[in-house]
Amino acid sequence: MARREQQIEHLLRRAGFGGSPDEVDLYAELGLGGATDVLLNYQQVPDDVDGWIGQAGYVGVTTRGEFAPSANITDARQRWLFRMIHTRRPLQEKMALFWHNHFATAYSKINDTYGSTIATNMMAGKPAETIGNTKGQLELFRENALGNFRDLLIAVARDPAMLVWLDGRLNIRTRPQENFAREIMELFTFGVAHVQEADVYAAARVFTGWNLRAVGADASRHYVYNFNAAQHDTTEKVFTFPIYPGGAATIPARAATEEDGVDFITAICAHPETGPRLARKLYAFFVSDLQPAPAAFVARIAGVYYSSGYDMRTIVRAILLSPEFHDEGAHFARYSWPAEFVVRAIKETGWVGFSVDSALTPMVNMGQQLFEPPDVNGWELGQGWFSTSGMLSRMNFGATLTTNQRVNLRNAARPFAKTPQSVLSFVLDRLSPMAFETAPYDELLGYLRAGTNWTGADNELQTKVAGLTHLVLGSAYYQLV
Amino acid sequence: MEFTRRQFVKGGVAAFTWGFAAPAVFSDIALAQGSRNLVVLYLSGGNDSLNTVIPYTDSFYYSRRPTIAVPAANVLQIGSDSSGKPLGLHPRMTGLRQIFGQGRAAIFLRTGYPNLSRSHFLGLDIWASATPGAPQGTGWLGRYLDTLPSPVDPLVAWSATRELPRTMLARTVGVPAIPNAQQYAFSSPNQGAEAVNARTAASRIASHVPVDRPHLAFVNGTVQRAMATLDRVATVVTYTPTVTYPNTGLGQAMRTVAGAMVRGIGTKVFFVQTGGFDTHASQGAGGEGAYGTLMQTVDAAVWAFYQDVSNQGLLASTTILQFSEFARRVGENGSQGTDHGEGGVMLALGGGVRGGFYGTAPSLNPASNPTLSNSGNDVRWDIDFRRVYAKVLDRWLGADSAAILGGDFRQPGLDFL
Repeated sequence: MARREQQIEHLLRRAGFGGSPDEVDLYAELGLGGATDVLLNYQQVPDDVDGWIGQAGYVGVTTRGEFAPSANITDARQRWLFRMIHTRRPLQEKMALFWHNHFATAYSKINDTYGSTIATNMMAGKPAETIGNTKGQLELFRENALGNFRDLLIAVARDPAMLVWLDGRLNIRTRPQENFAREIMELFTFGVAHVQEADVYAAARVFTGWNLRAVGADASRHYVYNFNAAQHDTTEKVFTFPIYPGGAATIPARAATEEDGVDFITAICAHPETGPRLARKLYAFFVSDLQPAPAAFVARIAGVYYSSGYDMRTIVRAILLSPEFHDEGAHFARYSWPAEFVVRAIKETGWVGFSVDSALTPMVNMGQQLFEPPDVNGWELGQGWFSTSGMLSRMNFGATLTTNQRVNLRNAARPFAKTPQSVLSFVLDRLSPMAFETAPYDELLGYLRAGTNWTGADNELQTKVAGLTHLVLGSAYYQLV
Repeated sequence: MEFTRRQFVKGGVAAFTWGFAAPAVFSDIALAQGSRNLVVLYLSGGNDSLNTVIPYTDSFYYSRRPTIAVPAANVLQIGSDSSGKPLGLHPRMTGLRQIFGQGRAAIFLRTGYPNLSRSHFLGLDIWASATPGAPQGTGWLGRYLDTLPSPVDPLVAWSATRELPRTMLARTVGVPAIPNAQQYAFSSPNQGAEAVNARTAASRIASHVPVDRPHLAFVNGTVQRAMATLDRVATVVTYTPTVTYPNTGLGQAMRTVAGAMVRGIGTKVFFVQTGGFDTHASQGAGGEGAYGTLMQTVDAAVWAFYQDVSNQGLLASTTILQFSEFARRVGENGSQGTDHGEGGVMLALGGGVRGGFYGTAPSLNPASNPTLSNSGNDVRWDIDFRRVYAKVLDRWLGADSAAILGGDFRQPGLDFL
């Protein structure tokens, strides 16, 4: 079972959350090109993962009363982790996570505004499970995971969670407010260096009247997007950059219409800095965050962004097929996000008898609580994950997981029990970290030998394989993906 | 190595920490570096400073903030600026009023810097780096830490946040981020001697710094710093304060800071943070509601801390410095909130602080008024925040502010330390 499929494993770590040994075999059979195709064209693969929740053979969830992942945020977090671990569409979940960081929206503010049920509906609800059959933001990200960026941006501008998070629900004609208008340019598209104050003020007026409307009463009450024509500022809006293909920078005065917003979003998608900025973020997400994206890569991927009409599937395909992605120097050249670390650790260590609920508090301490990014700029990525407490939390999650999996690990290790070397090979094979150098490799062997004359007996094996797996999960070598 | 082991068992996972034995060398360094403490308090989101320090006799304050203005009768009146303009504190700032009354609170009016950014993220980077031209680099306190003689104690600074703030980002010194001292421990799947073996092995694995792979070296360095700080941090967990701290994130962080100071673990510089200040909407009428809660959160935590360190005899060696990335517009918007604006307010509190108002408050009359900018919509900044930093660096930390700030910000007029 020695891991030999380095390209496939690299692909699965980036376009997914890593592969269990069985998954690696499965994708390897398709070859690199076939595997890339299957990951990209996930719509051809059944989306049946939710049906496995609670079934034997999969990671567990912890229920407190009824499992309600569209109404209870803890359950929503559990379901998302379950999907990351077991989905047959890993790139779709990976892109959903990318968009969650890009359009970073936090549950807590919505909870403060409308309470926990509505807030969970808005963040994570599946239409069949919500009040009024509304669709949560995460479902929007899944649906548009590799869709058209402009379509996604328009949908986000009308997304109830976003309308609460950046106060669009309260944006009215007489005195517009600027929260969403600023961030849609600074963070969602072309970046702070190109934002002028005048554009913020004009964009705030563009989105006046893009509000929410309450539907139903009492227990059936919920909120939907509503274009409130009476609250839309109909006067002209002048920008410092072109809004229309001919170069006109003014949205004309006209009867109240959402076309003001659609024209503006179309313009910021076409802005010459939006493609490069997205290319840089995607480079850091898929290729490497050890150095800035090379100029040639940015130019090429930005070119694909514009020429494809903002089609994310075409863009991500170009990245996954790029020489930069396949360069061996890109292997293990990304700092894993806590969600990636946790999911990969579970997939590679084992999950039978483990509940994803046990990962939720550790993820808070690692600095990534799902549905609760620190601010609209998303998480502090790369080295930002690795504060001392963040790293300790990763090490300690490794302890929690290996404590839980000690018997499973021992059973799996039995055929390799003969010598410390064979046990170490087994564990490194199973976890597939980047290659240990000689000195730390010898420390791992030293740990196996410490305090024992190796016999390979069951009790020794159970102690040492759990301890060794913990050490590998908590080492620097496992934090890079 | 010698150690005493204390076992905690949480959810079946054995956690242990080394008994407290601060390496002698670090204690000596701590003494040599003096016992002064600096606590930097960041109000995240852009504090609406006109509702913190209120020009309650300015009729334009009321006409331009018809819902969110604090009624004059509720304002805590504390005095006037040098131009004679009466100013008062938000009604929830009862603790700050007492500190101001004791002459231990400096209030800096109309703080800012040239070409002030209204982006949260660029703005914070600028306040943190104190270099508006290169805001992606090290932090101003990080550069201070870089000037300390080696070996620098890994606990010389402590950020009570999950992520290390840029303010404390240094070139040569790694600062631990410890939001919760209780959880700052090393766990193992095994117990007894095996857990000790695991801890030893984890430290040793991290001690092998791979050449030419700085990303691995970086993570290894983090592991080493974590392992080197666990035991002293554990002593803070058992600290019993002399007052009751509010049960808020900020309250508990301030309690932990006081514990670290009282236990004398060697930390000189702390960073604490509290959020929610991006009040575009629903700020609350008349100073109540969401903004009132924000003021309450800050005041209750700071006041508890102030009393606690006073009781512990540490007030004279403690300074708190408060900032936010920008302030907010003069007029309220249609959502009972305020959008991003310019000139704000900084505070310095502590036993060594000469209290009072520094600088002058704005007049809020929008017509041709030199204290406003942006067509009368914003407070025009007057005191460059780096002047405040310079005084803290020079007078409190005994450093060279010109070297650290990359320029001379020692203009007279801010003799608060």
